[in-house]
Amino acid sequence: MAEYKQILNNYKALPGGLLEAYHAVQGEYNYLPGEAVREAAAVFGVSASQAFGTATFYSYLKIGKRGRYIIRICESAPCHIAGAAEIITVLEKELGIKMGETTADGKFTLEFTECVGQCQATPVITINSVPYTDIKPAQVPEMLAQCR
Amino acid sequence: MAEEQRIVLRNADQINPAKLEDYLQAGGYQGLEKARSMSRADLIAEVKKSNLRGRGGAAFNCGLKWSFVPTDAEVSYVVCNLDEGEPGTYKDRIIVQKDPQQLLEGMAICGHAVNAKQGYIYCRGEYPYVVELLNLAIDQARSKGVLGDFNIEVRMGAGAYVCGEETALIESIEGHRGEPRFKPPFPGVSGLWGKPTVVNNVETFANLPQIVFNGADWYAAIGASTYPGTKVLTLTGDVEKRVFIEVPTNVTLREIIYNYGGGVKSGRRLKAVQVGGTSGGFIPEYLLDTPIDYDSMRSIGATLGTGAVFVMDETRDVVDIVTHIAKFFKEESCGKCNPCREGTFRCYEIMDRINRGRGTLPDIEHMIQLGKVMERVCLCGLGQASPSPILTTLQHFRYEYERKLIS
Ligand SMILES: Cc1cc2nc3c(=O)[nH]c(=O)nc-3n(C[C@H](O)[C@H](O)[C@H](O)COP(=O)(O)O)c2cc1C
Ligand code: SF4
Ligand code: FES
Repeated sequence: MAEYKQILNNYKALPGGLLEAYHAVQGEYNYLPGEAVREAAAVFGVSASQAFGTATFYSYLKIGKRGRYIIRICESAPCHIAGAAEIITVLEKELGIKMGETTADGKFTLEFTECVGQCQATPVITINSVPYTDIKPAQVPEMLAQCR
Repeated sequence: MAEEQRIVLRNADQINPAKLEDYLQAGGYQGLEKARSMSRADLIAEVKKSNLRGRGGAAFNCGLKWSFVPTDAEVSYVVCNLDEGEPGTYKDRIIVQKDPQQLLEGMAICGHAVNAKQGYIYCRGEYPYVVELLNLAIDQARSKGVLGDFNIEVRMGAGAYVCGEETALIESIEGHRGEPRFKPPFPGVSGLWGKPTVVNNVETFANLPQIVFNGADWYAAIGASTYPGTKVLTLTGDVEKRVFIEVPTNVTLREIIYNYGGGVKSGRRLKAVQVGGTSGGFIPEYLLDTPIDYDSMRSIGATLGTGAVFVMDETRDVVDIVTHIAKFFKEESCGKCNPCREGTFRCYEIMDRINRGRGTLPDIEHMIQLGKVMERVCLCGLGQASPSPILTTLQHFRYEYERKLIS
């Protein structure tokens, strides 16, 4: 795993590179370590509050640990009427956690998202940003079993 | 199925999007070549005359927007808005996935018109696979030299709907929180890093190669006269065929749902259609014969917006859906201005109360008043448009609300 210090430094010279650097760090860690955000403030010459302010503004970025598989469920209107709530129920039951939580083994995190732009086949979930469309509740256990 | 008219999707499924050669063989980059043979002023005049209006929602005349960039500016930027956060919308993704070079060509045409050497594509964080394709396309264009001295870089958003607003988007490219700026100054005068900046939608740029190549008069004659050309639409919800289509702008909503979309699912009747994304108005059955162009939609209190067409059948609970939408705006409000931060919160609170069967008649009256204030005083389009689903459903489907009130 690349060191976050190294990653941040790669973006230091890029105008407006803070957000790109966060993407790159999260790409390695699946989340933003708190120390990485503090370090980013130093690297990009902004205050810690600005570095945290930017990181917390965006729903895609998360400070603090998340699971290896981040499952996001779209709750925008087209997915909502297509039965997103039933998918949530099955996911919570299968994993034994609530939305927003991470399983004890650090494998899965469940999160809400708004429309991910795949509304041709609703409801939609994403697993580590890869979209899966037209999800039926009965498919969910198999999908989870595929994650290893 | 009724015939589409494809301009921006003309190469869709005809060429390999990952191959610049294919695009060149299909006549690609001839628009840019022609643009570069024209003076900057002539090019802007031509685009203005085509009456191409922005496809990102606000429908501003594209050439007119370009003309605001000062001619003596030493540095200026071209920014493509690929944030596409509007629920129910995926047309920009399709346009890019089917034909990325066309977007690059359109941006380079704009670059020539406003004398910009650098372009940015701001792509939403939910589309990492689109970013990959774009980077590939840019690499190919660069090594082939087709873009000349015009550079394009892709930047990624990170899941904030408000970043689709052009000044918030600029803040985000600069690496900040994506909060909208006060206007004026407009980006055309002072945008990215304080320099003149043109921000256009993907579909707007994608139209340009054909417009320049075939001429303004060709384009202006297609579709509705005040909003000419085609529009890429995405059909979602209770429609038989959930597809994307590209049609001339004088086609009516009824034709779209029944001819292109195959009608309401399972032969049910239509209750409402919401056009333009989640901030669009709800349209009842009896207004379906309205053409989709921007001005016609406006005249019935709706909006064309991004071209999302969300169909709801007779069994759908309008109040429940609008409550859900109100929650979306509460979550996505950036909090910079008071009327939106507080207003979206209160709207959701009241909608939720009504939806749970605990609302009262004064609740409805307060919400109408609040919504009208928000439309006028919110700083950006998010807050201004957010009451529209509430106000239009109260106008057309008030009985659904009243039925849920405490009696
Ligand atoms: C809350 C909000 C979200 C927006 N989202 C988008 C978007 O995702 N894509 C887009 O092109 N325009 C979006 N816009 C409109 C842009 O501010 C801007 O008008 C547009 O990018 C200009 O391009 P055009 O003239 O080609 O339409 C949004 C506006 C607001 C207020
Ligand atoms: S209207 Fe809402 S989203 Fe726009 S600036 Fe104000 S608080 Fe932010
Ligand atoms: S509404 Fe769920 S992906 Fe678009």
